[in-house]
Amino acid sequence: MPLNPDFVGRTYPAGEPYLVSRERIRAFADAIGDTNPAHRDVSAAQALGYADIVAPPTFAIVLALRASTQVAHDPELGLDYTRVVHGEQRFAHVRPIVAGDTLVSVTTVESIREAAGNDMITTRVDISTTAGEPVCVAHSLLVSRGADA
Amino acid sequence: MTITWDSVDVGTELPAQSFVLNRLDLIKYAGASGDFNIIHWSDRVATDVGLPGVIAHGMLTMAEAVRVITDWTGDPGSVVEYGVRFTRPVPVPDTDAGATLEVSGKVTAKNDDGTVSVTLSASCDGQTVLAKAVARVRLS
Repeated sequence: MPLNPDFVGRTYPAGEPYLVSRERIRAFADAIGDTNPAHRDVSAAQALGYADIVAPPTFAIVLALRASTQVAHDPELGLDYTRVVHGEQRFAHVRPIVAGDTLVSVTTVESIREAAGNDMITTRVDISTTAGEPVCVAHSLLVSRGADA
Repeated sequence: MTITWDSVDVGTELPAQSFVLNRLDLIKYAGASGDFNIIHWSDRVATDVGLPGVIAHGMLTMAEAVRVITDWTGDPGSVVEYGVRFTRPVPVPDTDAGATLEVSGKVTAKNDDGTVSVTLSASCDGQTVLAKAVARVRLS
């Protein structure tokens, strides 16, 4: 089923701010098996010049996923989530995410296209602090595999 | 030991690593990331949609691969930009051994802004699972 092309250019406003906790960063580092002390120990993070525990480079997906779920699960888009695989992902960090950040994420649908029976949607999530400081831009390409693909 | 911009050249290889992923890792990653897509924990649904079985989150593969860079620099914040294309799913069988991801990295450019570009290679069972896996990394 083709995706609704009317979604291109749509922007979804930031939802509730996300307060990045030390525990959430630690749990993420544990899940990827990353033993860098800067993900756990405040003094180790401060020794690297950060205000608090620093997040792994891909932690921003927590924010991006949360934001882009609004789009992906919108029934009018027509995306079957069980058929979705991640095609591409890119992060551009203005600065690393650290514990204590209060972040908001604005999602924009950049493109929708079909290729070889698969539907593809690219989203851009702009992550910034509630004070308006830009932190990260995340681009995601989701591919909904066609029945024959 | 700090890796400095002056100390690396185009072609400098980063220490390669292998990462074992088993079903528990996928469950932990689902919880930590908030990605509860059923194909990452149910063989029934995964095979129903034509996959060989449960597959790893692409984002978990991406997260493991970049550890070759952050373990090299020692600073998780050194990765300024990072992008990948997921070329092939990583099936994670329900066995003790799970799946093994082999990752290597090489400096492919030295940029004037004090960063270097590192290109990563990631494979599972000898098959490439990431393409265009490139990071821009700030060195001191």
